[in-house]
Amino acid sequence: MISLTINNNPVEVSEGTTILDAAKLCGMRIPTLCYVEGLKAVGACRVCVVEVKGARNLIASCSMPATEGMEVLTNTRRVREARRTVVELLLSEHNGECQTCERNEDCELQALAAELGIREISYVGEKTRRRIDTSTPALVRDLGKCIKCRRCVSVCLETQHVGALFPQNRGFETVIGPAFCHDLNTVACVQCGQCAAVCPVGAIIEKDQIEDVWKALDKPDNHVVVQTAPAIRAALGECFGYPPGTLVTGKMVAALRRLGFHAVFDTNFTADLTIIEESNELLMRLKAGLGAGDSGLGKTTSPSPESRTPNPEPRFSPLPMFTSCSPGWIKFLEYFHPDLIPNLSTCKSPQQMFGAVAKTYYASKLGKRPEQIVVVSIMPCTAKKSECQRPEMDASGTRDVDVVLTTRELGKMIHAAGIDFDALPDEEMDAPLGLSSGAADIFANTGGVMEAAIRTAYEVVTGRELPLKGLHVAPIAGLSGVKEASLKIEGVKPEWKFLEGVTLEVAVAHGLGNAEQVISSIKSGEKQYHFVEVMACPGGCIGGGGQPRYTNNKVRQARIEAIYREDEGKKFRKSHENPAVMQLYADFLTDGPLGHRSHELLHTSYTPRDKA
Amino acid sequence: MPFSTYLSKCPDCHEATEEELMVRLDDVLADYTQVPGALIPVLQITQAIFGYLPETALKKIALSLGKSYSEVAGVVGFYSFFTTVPRGKHLVRVCLGTACYVRGGKEVLAASKDLLRIEVGETSSDRMFSLDVGRCFGACGLAPVIMIDDDVHQRVRPAQLPKILDRYRDNSATDDNGNGESD
Repeated sequence: MISLTINNNPVEVSEGTTILDAAKLCGMRIPTLCYVEGLKAVGACRVCVVEVKGARNLIASCSMPATEGMEVLTNTRRVREARRTVVELLLSEHNGECQTCERNEDCELQALAAELGIREISYVGEKTRRRIDTSTPALVRDLGKCIKCRRCVSVCLETQHVGALFPQNRGFETVIGPAFCHDLNTVACVQCGQCAAVCPVGAIIEKDQIEDVWKALDKPDNHVVVQTAPAIRAALGECFGYPPGTLVTGKMVAALRRLGFHAVFDTNFTADLTIIEESNELLMRLKAGLGAGDSGLGKTTSPSPESRTPNPEPRFSPLPMFTSCSPGWIKFLEYFHPDLIPNLSTCKSPQQMFGAVAKTYYASKLGKRPEQIVVVSIMPCTAKKSECQRPEMDASGTRDVDVVLTTRELGKMIHAAGIDFDALPDEEMDAPLGLSSGAADIFANTGGVMEAAIRTAYEVVTGRELPLKGLHVAPIAGLSGVKEASLKIEGVKPEWKFLEGVTLEVAVAHGLGNAEQVISSIKSGEKQYHFVEVMACPGGCIGGGGQPRYTNNKVRQARIEAIYREDEGKKFRKSHENPAVMQLYADFLTDGPLGHRSHELLHTSYTPRDKA
Repeated sequence: MPFSTYLSKCPDCHEATEEELMVRLDDVLADYTQVPGALIPVLQITQAIFGYLPETALKKIALSLGKSYSEVAGVVGFYSFFTTVPRGKHLVRVCLGTACYVRGGKEVLAASKDLLRIEVGETSSDRMFSLDVGRCFGACGLAPVIMIDDDVHQRVRPAQLPKILDRYRDNSATDDNGNGESD
């Protein structure tokens, strides 16, 4: 342990703790614009400077480890003036007007200027050149607003192992962006939006599509339905001042109705559907991989492998199977490991399954054509905006999902409509696409898809409920980067006898850097798994690039716990218990999971992409 | 192979086609793939091979070193030594450091531009010369100074430039090691 004083208060910290973190322990918040929890400090913004006795210059507290006997002062005149100068200099280059900025009232630079009491900018000079990059479906870059803090660079390179953004050029000419300052669509960007989630200003934001939704709602002939991803309910409240981890499912439904949506549905419904399809696909792959018995898939019809995947040979359905819900992860694999595309589950994401089902099954119930239905998604994710524009996502004969809004955009829409969120009653989702099990809720959390799939697959194979406390697979929950679990399968039904005594090895990774680690261990032969869940964003969807700012591990943990509460409060805890999903199979997907119609509507294929 | 071997003059590189040069880059990359911190040396070697850093080469470097293309481009853009503009066979650098400036460096630069019909940073259409500006070569006593490749030419007057440049055109100046090419 190291003893030091911060503003004359003694504090003990472990070796390697920075002054910034040590200060937190004694209740002092040091402002910073470039620090990101868990990542290497770059010391780019210089806002976090402090005085250290004996040191000639002010010191950046984010990158300086505390040392024995250090005497730190965080709030002296010299410190305050230095911080004010730094922020004034940033403001003198910052090319943006607060009133018209997307980040107005949600901007760290603006907040810091207010906190430091800056009333005028003493430095006049050239502004950063403005250039707007709208080249990608999900993200918009406004170079004039960039303060070169490099948070996006760290997140993109360290957390996500993508490296789409890097400082280009030097000095005042520095641009944070893709190679040679070209547009974002010229490099391998997976559209995960973690850059937009950490950007302190309005330099990287999601493509604002609120107006598209208003337009759809204004058109009298449209039947506009909305689906909300599982992660929204645990985070939307933050847009209205509720603490992270507050469940606002009922109020969210009420707000969506008041915005004028004709039906309020749940992506959870198709999360349950995904589990039915994906757990059957897993069992199919296990059967191919572990020496097949001759039975089909339980009571469901088992189609030949030819109809199931775009690649007709069984050897193209290898193990481990990777989950396919996270469009950032899909793009990552397509760009960086196209050789592993056959390992991706062919199941579409719940968002896209929803679009396909809403514009076929639901449309036919209403006697409408697919084009008369508008599907709006509320997603914690920016990559979903990109996913719905993939050319193959038109199984209904038209775009399956029309517009995707992030959680933040929905919050803005509710504000704009003048809805008093706090005063809203709790309302229920509409039937039939609004009904879901707890297994669908946990899709929001890292480890959730895996747990939901295990709950169903175990029961299909053994006829018994998963024998774990609370139906939770504890080793794969929580915020460790890579998690593993082994599950011994015993007492199987006769048709699954090839699985008797088999230990199912699974892994869960969140954040693409962690996914990369799992992939390396698989490729080197060090690890062998049957099933791997990957979510592009740290924490899973609850930490998505479209969630309310600012998301750190404490916030992630609070949202994760809220989602487990939602799951545990559900009448149905397993996807195959969802009566509305079972009805869908009985009425519409009549050839069962992995059947012909499922294949057409609910499964997809992937495209190898050139990363350079 | 040691680093210096790669950096030494590549006498026939100028005559080789881009495809042939790309094969040489492959050999370099094979040696450097596993070496930590290899990016800058590899860029230097690549520039020695091609005379500049072509996009295809940079993408290849990014792939084999496991770096993102944006990161590679960021490093290229940071150091003024690196260029993505094709370079001529000979690099003419006119010093505009203080001493050279006051003793006529500006006129020498203007004459060089006229003679080569290019601006600073550009390459002549016959790919023979590129023109750059230097900020002091440490030869202030000899001002104004220009450097052509590794040769220093002292007390240059605009009128001498055609003769100096012609020597490089017919290759005679590059064959001996002389920095005594000045008059």
